[in-house]
Amino acid sequence: MPRIELDIIVEHRKDGLALPKTIIWDDGRCFDIDRVLDIRKAAATKCGGIGIRYICRIKGREYKIFDEDGKWFIEQ
Amino acid sequence: MRSILHVDMNNFYASVECLYRPEIRHLPVAVAGDPLNRHGIILAKNMIAKHLGVKTGEAIWEAKQKAPKLVTVPPDFAKYLKFSRLARGILYDYTDQIEAFGLDENWADVTGSLSIFGSAHDIAELIRKRVKDELGITVSIGVSFNKIFAKLGSDYKKPDAITDIMPDNFKSLVWPLPASDLLYVGKATSRKLTSIGITTIGGIANCPKDVLCRKLGKWGEVLWLFANGLDTAPVRLLGQEAAVKSVGNGITCPRDLTADEDVQLVFTVLAESVAARLRDYNLKCTGVEIQIRDKNLYYMTRQQKISRPTFLSSDIIAAAMQLFRANYRWFYPVRAVALRGINLVTADTLVELSLFEDESKNLAAENLARTIDGLRKRFGHDSILRASSLLDRNLTGFNPKEDHTIHPVSYFR
Repeated sequence: MPRIELDIIVEHRKDGLALPKTIIWDDGRCFDIDRVLDIRKAAATKCGGIGIRYICRIKGREYKIFDEDGKWFIEQ
Repeated sequence: MRSILHVDMNNFYASVECLYRPEIRHLPVAVAGDPLNRHGIILAKNMIAKHLGVKTGEAIWEAKQKAPKLVTVPPDFAKYLKFSRLARGILYDYTDQIEAFGLDENWADVTGSLSIFGSAHDIAELIRKRVKDELGITVSIGVSFNKIFAKLGSDYKKPDAITDIMPDNFKSLVWPLPASDLLYVGKATSRKLTSIGITTIGGIANCPKDVLCRKLGKWGEVLWLFANGLDTAPVRLLGQEAAVKSVGNGITCPRDLTADEDVQLVFTVLAESVAARLRDYNLKCTGVEIQIRDKNLYYMTRQQKISRPTFLSSDIIAAAMQLFRANYRWFYPVRAVALRGINLVTADTLVELSLFEDESKNLAAENLARTIDGLRKRFGHDSILRASSLLDRNLTGFNPKEDHTIHPVSYFR
């Protein structure tokens, strides 16, 4: 499974929390993240990588979005 | 009784590479150096390659004969350092007493955290799970009451396993293992032990101490203590780094060196790095050691004193070349060289000044070296170079100071 790197809009709170808000696909389409369900350090074993994993709900489906040292990618 | 964990990341380099490349996980994988630069040996392999008989340290072509489908990937040390740091970060959640043994192994003394997290086995289980979830690689952990048995435990069952070696079971678990599994029993010691009929760790433990001492010298007693679980070496606290004992760099050259001039070129690059690192540590060396390996892998090492403590590359080069000229006979071309500054003293050590030499020249040279350090820090290593290094960029185009430096470590520090 390929690792898809993303442009992303993130809200950085003053307590240090970072919440991904909108992902921007390469063709310009934007998808709002409806809800962040889980945040923890984890490895992306399917597509390769480690970092902070955000399990997000987008249009009723769950996706795993990773922040690896400031580079964001999605594991489908 | 202490509770000590030894956490060993399984097939470390290969595991990290496999994590990043899911497409090769089902194949035999080896991390190997670059054959074009003649660094083409296996540095690490995954489980599949291991089962096919691929060994660390053998040449790539040897490994490919055993495993024709072997995938070799180049090493990425920055990535391994990151994983090593992250893994240590996990351990620091459970104790501040952590001692690294290379990049992929750590001892952790969790005696003081037992009341928070439960038994040592529970902590090991937590660590195993977290490393697997957060870093995507597996560890094997040995749980014991001293460092030596903890290390044996982590080797006992791999991968992704925990082995407890306790006072009530170490005799049945550890003693039947071959003597060479014990730390510091290498080929030579193993041979000596076999000559007095000892082949297992239990054999060492049950042998009278003085017999071992007669055969192995003071190591006899050390090994006897190891084998009986009486090792008392503490796990160093965070920040209790061992003092630097020597500073060295070495390289296997891209082509064989055939003349003194070639060797001098390579020594120059190495000495620049050694000298810069000495200055970073605020140390000076009072001796120089060279190591030479020729084309047929014959290996020699020679050392000599320097009259005055120094951190200047010119002094180190001069001493190294003097040693080399005096000792190497050029029967064969040279394949690999290494250079070390030894017998270190702090840089502000008082020295006896010579009546007959101009000391101000030396001071000026030291200031110049510091200035060059500053220039390199601001504008990069290549911003200022010795002209001689342009003679053959093939030989000199490496930077040992900033390219990976991974130091082998000793148990006794």
